[in-house]
Order: sequence, then structure tokens, then C-alpha cells
Amino acid sequence: MRRYVAGRLLLMIPTLIGVAILTFVIMRAVPGDIVALKYAGSPVPQSVIDEERHQLGLDKPMWEQFTDWMGEIARFDLGTSLWTGHSVVEEIQIRLPLSIELAIIATLLAVVIAIPLGVVAAVRQDTWVDYAIRLFSIGGLALPSFWIGLLMVLATITFFGWAPPLVFTAITEDPIANLSQMILPALSVGYRYSAVSMRMTRSTVLEVLREDYVRTARAKGVSERLVVMRHALRNALLPVITVISLEFAFLIGGLVVTEQVFNLNGIGKLLVDAVAHRDYTLIQALVLLLASVFVLINFVVDMVYVVLDPRIRYS
Amino acid sequence: MAQAAVRDSDDVARRRYLESTGPRRFARFWGEFIRRRPLGTAGAVLIIVMLLTAALADRIAPYDPTAFNFADLLQGPSLQHLLGTDPFGRDVFTRIVYGSRTALLVGFTASFVGCTLGLVLGVLGAYLGGRVDQLIQRLMDVLLSFPLIVIAIAVVAALGTGEGKIGNVIAAITVPIIPRVARVVRSSALSIVNMPYIEATRAVGSGAVRIMFRHVAPNVFAPYLIMLTAFLGQAILLEASLSFLGLGVFEPTPSWGLMLRGAGMQFLEQAPWLAIAPGVAISLAVFGFNLFGDSLRDALDPRLRTA
Amino acid sequence: MFNRQIAAFAVALALLLAACTPAPKGGAATQSASGAEQPQAGGTLTFIVNAVPPSFDGHRETTFALLHPVAPFYSTLYKFDPNDLTKVIPDVAAAMPELSADKLSATIKLRTDVKFHDGTKMTSDDIVATYQKIIFPPTGVLSPRAGAYAAVESISNPAPDTVVFKLKYPSASFATNLASPWNFVYSAAKLKTDIHWYEKNVLGTGPFTYVSYTAGQEWVGKKFADYFAKDKNGVQLPYLDGYKALIITDANAEVNAIRSKQASIEFRGFTPQQRDTLSSALGTSLAIQEAPWICVNYIVPNTKKPPFDDVRVRQALTLAIDRYAGSTALQKITIVKDVGGLMRPKGPFAQADADLQKIAGFGTDGAANKAKAKQLLADAGQSNLTFKFLNRNITTPYEPVALFVLDQWKQIGINATHDVKETSAYQADLRAGNFEVALDFNCDFLDEPDLQLAKFWSASGLGKGLNFAYYDDATLDKMIDGQSRETDPAKRKALVADIEKYAMDTKAYQYPVLWWYRIIPYLNTVRGWRIGSNHYTNQDLETVWLAQK
Repeated sequence: MRRYVAGRLLLMIPTLIGVAILTFVIMRAVPGDIVALKYAGSPVPQSVIDEERHQLGLDKPMWEQFTDWMGEIARFDLGTSLWTGHSVVEEIQIRLPLSIELAIIATLLAVVIAIPLGVVAAVRQDTWVDYAIRLFSIGGLALPSFWIGLLMVLATITFFGWAPPLVFTAITEDPIANLSQMILPALSVGYRYSAVSMRMTRSTVLEVLREDYVRTARAKGVSERLVVMRHALRNALLPVITVISLEFAFLIGGLVVTEQVFNLNGIGKLLVDAVAHRDYTLIQALVLLLASVFVLINFVVDMVYVVLDPRIRYS
Repeated sequence: MAQAAVRDSDDVARRRYLESTGPRRFARFWGEFIRRRPLGTAGAVLIIVMLLTAALADRIAPYDPTAFNFADLLQGPSLQHLLGTDPFGRDVFTRIVYGSRTALLVGFTASFVGCTLGLVLGVLGAYLGGRVDQLIQRLMDVLLSFPLIVIAIAVVAALGTGEGKIGNVIAAITVPIIPRVARVVRSSALSIVNMPYIEATRAVGSGAVRIMFRHVAPNVFAPYLIMLTAFLGQAILLEASLSFLGLGVFEPTPSWGLMLRGAGMQFLEQAPWLAIAPGVAISLAVFGFNLFGDSLRDALDPRLRTA
Repeated sequence: MFNRQIAAFAVALALLLAACTPAPKGGAATQSASGAEQPQAGGTLTFIVNAVPPSFDGHRETTFALLHPVAPFYSTLYKFDPNDLTKVIPDVAAAMPELSADKLSATIKLRTDVKFHDGTKMTSDDIVATYQKIIFPPTGVLSPRAGAYAAVESISNPAPDTVVFKLKYPSASFATNLASPWNFVYSAAKLKTDIHWYEKNVLGTGPFTYVSYTAGQEWVGKKFADYFAKDKNGVQLPYLDGYKALIITDANAEVNAIRSKQASIEFRGFTPQQRDTLSSALGTSLAIQEAPWICVNYIVPNTKKPPFDDVRVRQALTLAIDRYAGSTALQKITIVKDVGGLMRPKGPFAQADADLQKIAGFGTDGAANKAKAKQLLADAGQSNLTFKFLNRNITTPYEPVALFVLDQWKQIGINATHDVKETSAYQADLRAGNFEVALDFNCDFLDEPDLQLAKFWSASGLGKGLNFAYYDDATLDKMIDGQSRETDPAKRKALVADIEKYAMDTKAYQYPVLWWYRIIPYLNTVRGWRIGSNHYTNQDLETVWLAQK
């Protein structure tokens, strides 16, 4: 077991190194650079452009830029943003609370909606209840969330003359302002998210319901409710946890369109701006951060499996 | 564990049975599908309508999708223009109809290429095991944890996306599909690779390539097919999102996501048809593929988990 | 006195609006033209900035996204008169510069009542340090506009309230350049301790003091109680208690912000449909100001790539475009409007319409022009011309303008495809000459031929990095230089007209599609701000006030 944990942890390193190399190579291969972009359309002499590229270290050979970056990472220094000159950590710190909070609220919404509906759909398989729930859940996968988001804002503004606040307030500072900014985006994201988890809940519960021990329990006359709650759901939850966790990891940096539509100052928007600006240091730091979150959550999920499911043995 | 193994072989037998039989079995399968799975049938109907629309676009659409008519810009829905006109006086209904071609082209190609590459990598990893498997798995991990948007912008920026470069958009959408399929295929293939009959085939002296393609691949065909439909819908949605962000298909190519960008949403109140029609078209298409894909999974391989 | 000015301003504004505003749907009220109002003090103005600014240093950056939120923290030596944006007036200077008889020395007296926000007095040391940094940047300090001050030989301060600029040769644009909105007055002491201090910090003498900046989200400023300026009635400026600048990059979110009254105004410009949406939703609580804009899209054929080295092909491309039809259609859907040459239409250097219409592609007979274009292509052996038209992935106004142009070309049998690239990659292609024909743009803060013709210098000479048509033409260089040295306005205008004919017709190097049109719809509680033909100047918010209900 200990060897398994250590092994899993060690496996994260090559993945992250791979991500680092891939980011570096992709971004340098993409045409365009930050300095030319910054002065686009302005009559700026070449000497100024060359000087700025020199100051940002963009005139160094590629391998040197890479080893410099690796060296910095080894010293836990993520560098400064090429665009603003502020430290990358500072830039990320400003956006991270919003992204994490939105991910958490959307997750809560998804869990609250998905699990009960998923179980009901499974128990009532192939009845109109099942069909209705499945239609509702497939709707979550099919409706483009940016479209729904735009329509929702437009609806509240047209009918109530209200639009979500435009500036992020920490939940500790003013919970109402905070939540009124979060609620619409959380709903538009949470719908898709709950659809994904609901489908998983339904199919795993269905699967478990066919297992022998559930049949045995039923045969013994245990009430259907108890069968579902005690046996089916508990055992069906593991894959659902996986889906929810991976989706959570995605939400931290993947809400690019939602953040744009609702003007949320989050990690997804920061990443898109960084790529548009060719802000190499910031992109590299963000991609590494998101990949680490993903890999870590994956690891935690695996560990949860080991702890919760006695059938799984690792040697 | 022993029980699980028995069930696995049951399953495999069932799948092999399903896939290896002739036309009569095929007809019976679909007959049953239609009878027992109304939602899946509804999905199939939506897909067929969409396919027909795309195939007959030039017959159905009353106008040229790219011809401007500045005299008629931003007209409301009428008998001449069922869904009104856009800011360039182009018929919105015509652009929706032609947009189905873009959506299907992107959806089918991205999903097919992505799933096939995933299938090959998954089977290779499962069959060869060892170092190769490790390497493939790590590569897939890297791709999985890499933010899609960076890949999309990189592909779009490096290769451009204007007219006639739709392949680049497809490439951007294909990449993230590969690792997801490879993972599922690998785990399905693992259970087959370890079965005695593969061992036996190998003992008889069949080559690795032959075993992989004659014996392993057909056995993971069901999950492959299911994922193909599932990712088709997702690819259409992704194309819409990328186009909306200005990183996908570009004017004057008719695309639903593009119709929602700028022109669509900015005119939301003066010309609501511009914002509603493409959104509905995207939703219906994705809806159709998901409904069908779900029922297909239930029919072929109820255990497969494709979120 | 002040009231009369306001009244005159209001009348001018009403005229301007009457002339330029197509009556918006829903009939939003334009700013009240009758009854000059007494400005009210107090309130916080919330406005939108639709891009994320880089560093805080105005000397270093070139984007409006820096000016809008940061300009209120600073003063400049001179500035453009908010009531007449073509006129330069003193800011921290006490008077206009005094020129010596040989015009080689400009003496500037400074106000003695100017304080930095930390309470220290501003002296001539600060002005010298500021302009040393701008004109003679030490190694490692970036000053992209240093070239505009090439005439300056040295800067000195004989007294704490006097600055002297010594010039190498007389310069007509010198005073105007001292009013550049980018030339924030910085503290000599701060620059001495760290010349890069202003990239991440703020300390100015402007009407507002810095409170906070949340990256990617908002700037907050509050009234500087010791600000030096008072209005004509002796009331302390600024009128506002403070301001917030919200960063909102999505066009729909911008409209929603104003519609829900969470923000009052955006100073760059909205599209006609954004205006109409707001106007039908907000009715009389919305005011609108519109003005021609010193911004334009150019069609740039790459003269290094055949067949665009053939002048007939380039002429055909401009002849095919019916700009008047385009204007009628495009002004309904995006931010372009007037047909013009290289100088802003209706601006001080614009040719009369009748003269402009003699230039290829600017005639009013679209069909005849197209026939001629077809003939030119046939003569050049390019009847089946096929090429890629490079554009950037920004909707407003690039996409509609490009689609219009493509459609015009299609009508004479040209098969051009729309090659859209993400902005950074598009810039890279322009700079590398890696395109056939591109849609370029230009924006300036002043109607000034030197600025608007900067893109027309020879590509291997002064036009390096600006002239993406990649031609070298000594004749044109000489013409541009000639107009720059001409001090008689009427003669200069004639020289500029010659350049327009030569560059857009005779050689057809690069030519505008349509000039942009600036539309600012805003909550009518915002008063004392007047639209100009650019989005760079007049942003210190000194005299902006809010009408309380």
C-alpha cells in the first residue's frame, strides 16, 4: 500500500514535466510575440521593440529560456508576468478565490441535483420519470452554457432590471453581494455539471441494482428504499465521486466562456488573456497550476477508492 | 473476483454475438432498439433530419448563404425569410441549413479521428504492456491535464482558421478526445488481452498486429462506437464555443457558434431571431447525438462509463 | 462667464448631435441643450474600460486601456481644451511656452501651487526629470514616443518655476507634443530612487489620488483635496468625490453594465446596436454623443508579392469598393461611417468631397468603377485573381468591414478568402510580410498629417515596422517630408491632397475602407464630458460631474 502511494506520487512528476515541456514548446511555436502585440498600430521604432524583448529575456536562445524557467521552478519562483510586470503568484492570487468558489458552488449544485435525480431515474428505469430525468440531463449536455448564460442575464435584466454585480466581493466580506454575482454563472455551469454526474449516478446505480447482494437483500424482504439507500447508492458512489472530482478540476481553469459572458475575473479568463498576449511566464505558471490540480485530484480520487472500496487491492 | 471474471466473459460473448452476426441480426437489433428505446429513436430521428439537411442543403435553402443583400438587412421573420435576415441581409434560415454541414463535418471528423487514434493507442498500450504502455499512459495523462483552450488557441494561432482551413479547428477539437478514448479503450482491451483465447492465439503463432486488429480491436468496438456518438455531440458543442470565442470557424463560413458571436448576441433585442435560431440548432443537434449515444450504450454495453 | 461657456458648449453639442445622430430607436434624450447647469460636487463615477492595461507607466505604454483609468491621477504640462479639443491649453504650466526670436528656445513658466498626492510641491525639477525620461531615456527605459521630440536638444530649469527646452531646429508641432496625454508629470525624487518605480506605482499631481487596483477588475480613485485647479467660479476641482474604472471586455457585459446602471459610461465607443439596445431599454435616462473618429481601416496589398506589385491590380482592388454604398450599410451595423482619404473626413486636412471623388475608388458611380476595375484586372492578366485576405479575429469593426470588402471584390470576379488570425499571429504576419492583402488599422489622437501619414514612409526607411505594403518610394518620402516642413496651413493641406492622390490612386499603395465613427451612449447623470475625435485625450475627469436627482 505504502509502495503504491509512493509510486502514484512519483508518477505525477513525469506528467508534470511533460506538461511543462509541452507548454513551453507550444507557446514558442505559436507565432506572435508580446512586444509586437503591445505596440500594435503605434509608430514605435524597432529599437524600442528590440530593447523590450531584451529586457523580457525573449532574445535569449530557446534552450536557455527553458533552463532558466526550470531553474526558477526548482527554486519555487514562478517569475513575473511579461504583460504587467507583477509577480505571477500575485496575478493568480487575485483570480483564484473566485474560480475556486465558483467551482465549489457549482459542485454543490450539481451534487444536490444529480444524485437524487440519478437514483430516481435508475430505480424507475424505463418509466416516464426516467425519460423525463434523462431528457432534462441531456439538455444540460446539449445547451451551450454561454448561450444559456447570456439568455439568463438578459432575462433578469429585462424582467427585473437587475444584473449580477460586476466586481468580485469576497464571501467573508459581503456574502450577499458575493452570492448574487455567483448564482447565475453557478447555475449555468452547474446544469451541465449536474447532467454529467446525474448520468453517471444513474448508470452505476443501475449496475449495482443488478448485483447479487442487492438481489439477495431484496429477496430477504428488505424494503426497496433501504436497499437503494444502504446498498445501491453507497456502492454506486465511487464512480460518481470520480466524475465530480475531475469535473471540479476542470472548472478551476476551464470556464473561459462563462467567465467572459458574466465578466468574472477568474483563472479561465486570465489564461485566455495570457495566451492572447503571449505572456509566456504567466501561461506556463497557469498551465502547470491547472495540471497540478488535475493530477492531484486524480491522485486523491485513487486514494479514496483504496480506502472506500475493500475490493480494490493494490500491490 | 472469480465471479467478475465470469461476468466479463459473458459480456464479451454477448458483444461478440452482437457484432459478428449477419444482416438479419442487425435488423432485429434495430427493431428492438426502436421498440424499447423511444428516446434513442427520437435521437436517431434528429440525427437523420440533420444528415438530410446537410446533404440537401442546396435544395432546402432558399438563398445563397454568403450573398449579401444590404437592402434587406436585419429583417424580421417573414414568408420570404423564415428566420429573418442577419446584419448583412443574408437569410438566417439558409445559414442555419448550411451551418449543419459545418457542424457535421467538424463533429464527425473530430470525433472519428479522435476516437480512432484513441482506439489505436488504447489497444496498443493494453496489448503490448510494459514500457510502451507506460509511455502511452503518461502521454495521455499529459494531454488530459493540459487545458484545452491553450491547445485551441495554439492550433488556431499557429495554423490560422480562415476559409478553407476548417481542418485546423477540427485538429484543435480532436486532440482532447484522444486521451479520453484511449483510457476507456485500454481498460476494456485489458480484460480481453488477459483472456485465455488470446493466449491461445498467440501460442498458435499469430503475429501481434494480427491479434490486435483481428481479436482485440473488434472486442472494444462497442465502447468505441458509443464514444464516437457521445463525442460527436461534444465536438459540435466545442466548435460552437470556440467559434463564439473567435477561435473557431470564421466568416463567411456559415457556422452556428459563429452566428452567436458578435452579430448574434449584440442584436439580441432588436433581432432576437439571430440569437435564438443558432442556439436552438446547436442544442437540437447535440441533443440528438446524446440521446442516441445513450441508448446505444444501454443496448450494447450498459456498463461503459462515458460521462 | 462660466455659464456662458457651458451654454455655448451645450449649443455646440446640440448642433453636433443634430448633425450626426441618426435618431435612435426609442428616442433616448440627448444631453439637455437648454439651460446651462451649475455643476454639482460629489458622487462617484463608475466607468468601463474594455481591455486589461499592462504596466502603470504612461511614458512606456501605448494603449487607451492605460489612459482611461490612470490619466485622472496625473497632470501633464499642457493639455487639450476639454471644450475645444483642437486647442492646447496649460495644465501645470502657467502659460503657453514663450519662444525665443530664433524659435530655438522655449521657456515655460510653471504654476507654483501644484502638489503631488504625497504633499510634496511640484517644481521644475519634476518636469525636467519627466521629460528627460521621455526624450532621453537611459538604457533599459522604454519610451516609444521619444521620436516625436527629435527636435529637442536639451532641457534645463533655471528657476524652480521655469523650464527651458532648447531645440535643434524650429518645430511647429512642439507645443502640441507637450500636450500628449501620455506625458504624465512624475516626481523627480521617485524617479531618482527607481526609474522603473512608476511601472507599478502611482504618484501624480492630478485631480484624483490612487486608492486601489485589483488586477483584471477595477481601479479606484478618490478626489485629491489639494488639487491645484479651480473652476471659473472658484469652486475646487474635481467635482467628483471619486471614480471607479471597471474592466469589462465582453461587448454584451458592457451593455448590461450600463443597462443595469452599474456603470455610467465607456469612453472608447459602442456599436450602433449597443447604442440602440441601451436607448430602447433606458429611454430618457440615456444620453448619446457621437463624433467622427481619427481611426480607419486600410486595405494593404503586399507589394512584394506578385501580382500586387502590379499597380493595375492594386488600383482594381480599390476601384471595386463602392465606399458610399458601404457607408450606408455598414454604419447601421458597426462603428464605421464616413468616406474619406488619408485624413479624417470633415477634419482640418480633409479634401473637399468633389476633389476626393476624383481619386480611384472614391467616385460615386459604383458600377462604372467596377467595370473599370475589371478592365484593369484583364489588362494585368489577372481576371481570375485569387488571394487570401488577412484579418484579425476582432468582431468590431474588422469582421463586417472585411466581409463587405470581400463581397465587393467577389462582384468583379475576384476570389478572395477571408484569412482570420488571432491578433498576435496577425501582427506577426504583418511584420513578417507573410500575407497577400491585409486589413490594417490606424488610430491617432490628433488630426495631424505627420501622424496619419506615418504608415506611408518607405518600408526600409522611416516606415519600418509601420508600412506593411512594403514599398520603397523616394518620391512619396519627399512629399511627406515636404508637407511636414510647410508652415502655411492652406499650402500644407494642398500638399497633403497631392499625397492622397499619389498614394491611393497613382500608385495605389494602400487605401482606407471607411473611417470609424465614435458612439458614446451613457447615463445622462454624467455631465461635463465632451466627446472628441479620439479616445486618448480629455480623460482626466477634472470637470466631469454627476447630476444628482
